[in-house]
Amino acid sequence: MRIRVDPDKCEGHARCYGLAPELFDVDDYGLSTAVGDGTVPPGLEDRARLAVANCPEFAVEVIED
Amino acid sequence: MKQLDGVEDWAGDFDVLAPEYVDDPFTIWDGLRTSCPIAHTDRRGSTWLPTRYDDVTAISHDIEHFSSLKIAVIPFDEEDEGRGDEVLPYGLPPISSDPPLHTWTRRLLLPWFSHRRVEGYEALTRDLCTGLIDGFVDAGRADAAAGYAQQIPVRVIAHILGVPEELSDTFTGWVRDLLEFADDAERRVEGGTQLITYFIQEAERRESEPGDDLLSELLHTEVDGAVIDRGIALGTAALVLIAGVDTTWSAIGSSLWHLATHPGDRERLVAEPDLMPLAIEELLRAYSPVTMARVVTEDVEYGGCPMKAGDKVLMNFPGANRDPEIFEDADTVVLDRAHNRHVAFGSGIHRCAGSNLARMELRIALEEWLRRIPEFRLADGAEVTWAGGQVRGPRVLPVVFP
Repeated sequence: MRIRVDPDKCEGHARCYGLAPELFDVDDYGLSTAVGDGTVPPGLEDRARLAVANCPEFAVEVIED
Repeated sequence: MKQLDGVEDWAGDFDVLAPEYVDDPFTIWDGLRTSCPIAHTDRRGSTWLPTRYDDVTAISHDIEHFSSLKIAVIPFDEEDEGRGDEVLPYGLPPISSDPPLHTWTRRLLLPWFSHRRVEGYEALTRDLCTGLIDGFVDAGRADAAAGYAQQIPVRVIAHILGVPEELSDTFTGWVRDLLEFADDAERRVEGGTQLITYFIQEAERRESEPGDDLLSELLHTEVDGAVIDRGIALGTAALVLIAGVDTTWSAIGSSLWHLATHPGDRERLVAEPDLMPLAIEELLRAYSPVTMARVVTEDVEYGGCPMKAGDKVLMNFPGANRDPEIFEDADTVVLDRAHNRHVAFGSGIHRCAGSNLARMELRIALEEWLRRIPEFRLADGAEVTWAGGQVRGPRVLPVVFP
């Protein structure tokens, strides 16, 4: 499983970072990016789905392998 | 203050200041969503009120047709439209602006409220909360709104701006005059004038003694090789105070009201502190304090409504967050709600610049309260009063605890 943040949609709500700081980085302007190449470590799949389900801008997506 | 008639037709003649709307807007939105999802009124100027999540978020993103040049829910009278333009020619950027001004002024502000910076304000916030609780914990009763919630955000904001914490009550008074009592023109103008006069004095002091606070930085910021317009620096600093005080205080107060009146949720949150991150978001969803406004830039039909240039549209984020099409059991607080794309902090390019700070303050305020006062309820015969309009939250919240 991988996660991806669409930089054109992200408005810096930082909901993903708040719920899954292991999976997302956030910069000084609030914009989120996936940590590393976005691969979700085993055991964190539910966190990744939670981040998707809480993004008000529909900017976070999960790509199932 | 203008006295308007009671409301008989919520679809065609709504009034956000009507007592029943301030007390229980939820029932009114539920009715409108199924009958007339975008309501209209001519009270205080032609104004539209969307109640569905999809409409509120779509309008928020359509900055071409819906401008932020006018954001007051209770609009200024025509006679004082333009008042203050000499001092604040751009209002309170970035909130009262569109791109390109919005874009670069927002970039000045955001780093002050980044996750990293906000972590640095956490110890100060916790000390503040602890000190306030020390003051009433032995009495067995408190006004959780005026004696607690109201006291917290203004002091954190004063610290960030570099203005004296001792003036907190004065700042709170000005902000309430501007937002809560905006329908009283005299009070609104007086509060606004005093607030701006204060910032002008503080700015003059910083010419000779710049500090490391936000106001000093704004006054000395250079963009494209030139110091930014003083009116922009003052407007942005004033915005931080105006937007950072009764918004967050209202969220803290509403959350404590919920926990005082829903013992099951209170007990669960005490027993399961790990729920806090999700619970905070759910309380923000259910009791979103802030409604903003937009002004229609050119005649446009939206959702079958003939919106005219100059009309206002209320960005009903609180109503969007109660839309049952988006949120299952929308009118029920579910502390561990997993699907929660709430827009309490707005949607699109004007997402609240202080959202990280507000969320931290709300979390610390609840954590410290529940740690010290895990059992509490409304006082017998308590008369809870709510403010509404631009910002909704309890203003008097008498609670008792053993």
